[in-house]
Amino acid sequence: MTARTIPAPARRLAGAAPAGGASRAARWARRAPLLPALLFLIVVTQVPFAATLVISFLRWNALDPTHRGFAGLDNYATVVTDPNLRSAMLTTAVLTASVVLVSLVLGLGVALLLDRPFRGRPVVRTMFIAPFLIVPVAAALLWKHVLYNPEYGLFNGVLTAVWHAFGGTRPPQPDWISTMPKIAVEAALIWQWTPFMMLILLAGLQSRPTDAVEAARIDGASAWQIFRYVTLPHLRQYLELAALLGSIYIVQNFDAVFTITSGGLGTANLPYTIYQTFYQAHDYGQASASGVIVVAASIVIATFALRVVSSLLRKEYQ
Amino acid sequence: MRNPRRVWRPWGAVAWLAGVLFVLPAAWMVLTALHSEPDAATNPPSVAAPLTLQGYAEFFGAGTGVSPWPPLINSATASVGSTVLVLLLAIPAAYALAIKPVRKWTDVLFFFLSTKMLPMVAGLLPVYLFAQYTGLLDNISLLAVLYTSMNLPIAVWLMRSFLAEVPKEIMESAALDGAGLLTTLRRVVAPVAAPGIAATALICFIFSWNELLFARVLTGVVAGTAPVFLTGFVTSQGLFLAKVCAAATVISLPVLVAGFAAQDKLVQGLSLGAVK
Repeated sequence: MTARTIPAPARRLAGAAPAGGASRAARWARRAPLLPALLFLIVVTQVPFAATLVISFLRWNALDPTHRGFAGLDNYATVVTDPNLRSAMLTTAVLTASVVLVSLVLGLGVALLLDRPFRGRPVVRTMFIAPFLIVPVAAALLWKHVLYNPEYGLFNGVLTAVWHAFGGTRPPQPDWISTMPKIAVEAALIWQWTPFMMLILLAGLQSRPTDAVEAARIDGASAWQIFRYVTLPHLRQYLELAALLGSIYIVQNFDAVFTITSGGLGTANLPYTIYQTFYQAHDYGQASASGVIVVAASIVIATFALRVVSSLLRKEYQ
Repeated sequence: MRNPRRVWRPWGAVAWLAGVLFVLPAAWMVLTALHSEPDAATNPPSVAAPLTLQGYAEFFGAGTGVSPWPPLINSATASVGSTVLVLLLAIPAAYALAIKPVRKWTDVLFFFLSTKMLPMVAGLLPVYLFAQYTGLLDNISLLAVLYTSMNLPIAVWLMRSFLAEVPKEIMESAALDGAGLLTTLRRVVAPVAAPGIAATALICFIFSWNELLFARVLTGVVAGTAPVFLTGFVTSQGLFLAKVCAAATVISLPVLVAGFAAQDKLVQGLSLGAVK
């Protein structure tokens, strides 16, 4: 399953094997250190996936254990026509795309700010990293109860304070999570993931060849032109890397959806839906079928991601 | 020439302003943890309310008698245990990959990475059933093993990029002198790769410490971890903001300390070693 996801460039690279001549025993001796990790990963990650695949073809409900049997494609038929799963797919796509895009743009902005020297830069950099270092479920609880709460949350508290400061008597007190559930979840995730994007892009900015920037400046290029024609092309692969790694993590997000909305109000993404099917409905066959579909979708994303990483790896050996 | 000082100064102010706005929710969490429950739940917010350690006292069991230490110790056990296991498996593997002994070594490398890209939630059910049949439900060692598999791909990639920087000549001369694998690892590779090992350990520790989904499904009263414990602080009755903020701060503290201490290593780890 995973072998197919290896992009062609990597295969070509793999052909460049070390010069032969070593005896069989010696080759195995050099291979040996690799085997424990390889075996461990196959047993702990691939075997469960294989089991999921098998279970997805079974009729198996935990509350009805005597009725177990082969179900063919029934579970897939149920799952594909289930409006919940379809809306979960859409939600996952929207959630992932919006969080990745917005945090990437914000991260780029912050990275550009932090790329310039100014007084107290290490302190500001540390402030920008902080949200990423808060335990995700703690951050989700913070947003839900301390910031969004309509009665005493910080957001409405600030609205009240500002309104009173200008002599207003009835400040707007929106119920953030009920009126905009998706944006509420996304905002909390964007807050946590902007530092991630910023760190990768800042590393990209700082590896930018200074002579090219210098040459462009001497040739009279404006700041915008330098950014558009020198910085951005250089940053491209870092932007791709940040977007794809971010996608891998955010597609799998569970904590924020679970904590902030409990999957309600149209925010249930695929991980939460699978968790719920398995936890509440006890239909193991259907939960596995949705798991298989999620894996299939991930392989598509992973193929792109691996291609980007392999291009970085290829560069390393040029 | 423009005067650089006059150009940069406004950008510095913008950066400071953005940074303060960005860190505000986290700072508010720390401040709320130090307020009393009534002061934490006012509208408009009571910024200058008197400080108290009541929230922290309640987190540590005052009044309820529920101690946070078992979940904290469980989290530490799972995180440290899996990090040690990851390093034991990843260092030899990365060593083998860095000196490229195996034909198709990049295939192996990409296999490691691809396992990271498949959503773990899809394997949740078989793991749960396995744990049920073998009596490993609510057992912290099962979590440690799962966290090891979650972090091993990252660790192998990271360690490979660090070990690739160990000069080949040194390793060859060690081999000529008749040093075995373990001796070479300990005497030659370890000193050069020590910072890389530290960075790898840091990333693995953070991801294990943060994990919620598997901990929630596979543990109960005995092996519950700190993130699971934290979700239990929200009650439908009474005020809990200061308590939750104190709990969130304490539980985030190890990650914050580790992350700030190794900011430079963080980016390397997060990009799987692709960014140096």
